[in-house]
Amino acid sequence: MNTKTPPVYFDEMSDTGGIRAPYKRLDDWHRTMPSGIRNIKQHEAEALFRRIGITFAVYGEGGDPERLIPFDMFPRVFTFGEWRKLERGIKQRAQALNMFLSDVYDRGEIVKAGRIPADLVYRNEAFEIAVHGFRPPKSVFSHIVGIDLVRTGPDQFYVLEDNCRTPSGVSYMLENREIMMRMFPDLFVKNRIAPVDHYPNALKSTLASVAPQKCDHEPRVVVLTPGHFNSAYYEHTFLADMMGVELVEGQDLFVEGDFVYMKTTEGPKKVDVIYRRLDDAFIDPLCFRPDSMLGVPGLMSVYLSGGVTICSAPGAGVADDKAIYVYVPEMIRFYLGEEPILENVPTFQCGKADDRKYVLENLPELVVKEVHGSGGYGMLVGPKSSKSQIEAFRAKIEDNPGGYIAQPTLALSTCPTFVEEGIAPRHVDLRPYCLMGEKIELVPGGLTRVALTEGSLVVNSSQGGGVKDTWVMAE
Amino acid sequence: MKLRIEHETRYRFDAPVRGVIQAHRLWPGSFEGQNVLSWKVDTDGGVVGASYCDAAGDRISTVTWRTPVEEFAITVSGLVETADTSGVLRGFKERSVPAAYLRHTQQTYPDAALRTLCEEALEGMEEAGPLDRAHKLAACVAEAIEYALGETEPHTTAAEALALGKGVCQDHAHTLIALCHIAGIPARYVSGYLHAREDGAPHEASHAWAEVFIGGLGWVGFDAANGCCPDERYVRLGSGLDSLYAAPIRGIASGAASEDLNVRVTVAAQEQFQQQ
Repeated sequence: MNTKTPPVYFDEMSDTGGIRAPYKRLDDWHRTMPSGIRNIKQHEAEALFRRIGITFAVYGEGGDPERLIPFDMFPRVFTFGEWRKLERGIKQRAQALNMFLSDVYDRGEIVKAGRIPADLVYRNEAFEIAVHGFRPPKSVFSHIVGIDLVRTGPDQFYVLEDNCRTPSGVSYMLENREIMMRMFPDLFVKNRIAPVDHYPNALKSTLASVAPQKCDHEPRVVVLTPGHFNSAYYEHTFLADMMGVELVEGQDLFVEGDFVYMKTTEGPKKVDVIYRRLDDAFIDPLCFRPDSMLGVPGLMSVYLSGGVTICSAPGAGVADDKAIYVYVPEMIRFYLGEEPILENVPTFQCGKADDRKYVLENLPELVVKEVHGSGGYGMLVGPKSSKSQIEAFRAKIEDNPGGYIAQPTLALSTCPTFVEEGIAPRHVDLRPYCLMGEKIELVPGGLTRVALTEGSLVVNSSQGGGVKDTWVMAE
Repeated sequence: MKLRIEHETRYRFDAPVRGVIQAHRLWPGSFEGQNVLSWKVDTDGGVVGASYCDAAGDRISTVTWRTPVEEFAITVSGLVETADTSGVLRGFKERSVPAAYLRHTQQTYPDAALRTLCEEALEGMEEAGPLDRAHKLAACVAEAIEYALGETEPHTTAAEALALGKGVCQDHAHTLIALCHIAGIPARYVSGYLHAREDGAPHEASHAWAEVFIGGLGWVGFDAANGCCPDERYVRLGSGLDSLYAAPIRGIASGAASEDLNVRVTVAAQEQFQQQ
């Protein structure tokens, strides 16, 4: 890899041939926006976000729950054709990830076939021995698959990581659109943009479609939250509200006999599907961490005896860590007999001697990540790091090679973003949310995160990232 | 050998608690060398539900008390016919994957002292098969940890027991599991009953030992506390990563009352039983 030449970034609005088609109208829009209007609008947007109360951190990154994540008004646009390909790739991946989970919690054919090392699966902390042998309704483990994508060229997309547990941020996707439509109704008249507001309904029908067999009536769905101190609490209340279902905490539920019940003023009501926004370790102190005060004692027994469905299924996390990520293309070939539509970022596994050697020799050019890390913490961006930071990482890798992977620094695409002086290119990524139940469904677009600091490649909100409305143009 | 088991766990709270929930791993399986002739679990008014069989072949059921309760007892009684299989678990229906039993828990965490002990014990045994290595590790545990009641508690870890040099069957099992994991041999915790100690003294409590996975043989029991492999005096109840996961009874009471727990176990040979 030659790092001497400055990287050339693909700008999604303007390439060498001028303004790209999907952005033509937006180019006019921002050029003809009267001076002064922009600031007014920006303040208006902020006020709206504050009023709604949407101030949580994305992706469970922690941080100040009252902090507003910056919203950039310049939309990010995909053509229908671009999206069609992404959609196929995302669905393919979500399906393969779920088939992998069904397999490793059953016979483990992919391990027996030697396509994935046994240790990576069975010694993985996220592999739950307690659910081994259990097949959840419709064989779905991960009901909401968040797949993080980056773009490096007109036709080049890479999957950065998979999120099979409880990916957050979807409320931003919905609110960003809502606010753009309120502030710039004209834009939505002039452009044919695929709607996203049916997501809550789609989520609800996905959850209802995986009700347990013992459920012989209209399934009662609830959202289980760890509580208001959680950084994504706003999203939990938002989704429960939009779906028209109860938002509960562990103490609102109890187990008796074969079922889980919700305490209500009208007496106990049986619960059939729990969309939990709580980590495995905390959902049942009788099965996992005995000190958890957040969960429901006995919940796992009811789940494993078919009395309730938990979404995502406990144990789903074994499909989404960064060591398993390397094998997702292999899963697609193994289970679906297809070639992956979306590419993985080439990844070096520091646990492998050859890879480790290369990584240690090329640290200044690479991005190094902790296998179990998230939120942009515990990460080294070689080209943006000081010598001492690099040396610190070298020591970490040598100490625990299996705990790290490394990837080339990708030339993430940029998208025009409002800055003090007008607009300027800023790096972006994309998280679409794929729903899996009886059927597989994908709302067009997803959440675009933008690195607001000039030159920054880190889009995480904890590291100065913002969000944008994401458009998929209708055919 | 026919063993009659009576196992009563009595809970008393100093003030009524609002409710109690328990997960019971109290149903022994039948396999070669262990045939359950009769088995009963009395829950003293607790509502039984949500029963399932886990991948390791154990039947787990959930018992709840939703009304204020001050005292209750879980009473297990049964008759089991046993035979000696030299500790080898054969004909047991389970779907678990041995590789999943290489991970440590808080109680089996391999600290530096455990690693050193393992290394020293296996020195010169690089060529030996896993069975010989497991025997060596079990002997090493028996030597390192003296059997002593009241020195350790339920939360004591393998590392702590080794540092103390004293412990009960639970500590021996945790330590052996930790050593096996360090040696790359899958191992798990087994809870059950024992008719009498090796020296003939009656064993008055629930017992525990470790199972080690040996390719070609399958799971093999090792009772480091007694320096032997389980034989016809042993009744196997269930397994797990450690004593917490394999606990015959795991429960939670809602309320601030303090709990007084009383366990009585008798494991009597049927012949003796009939003579009485």
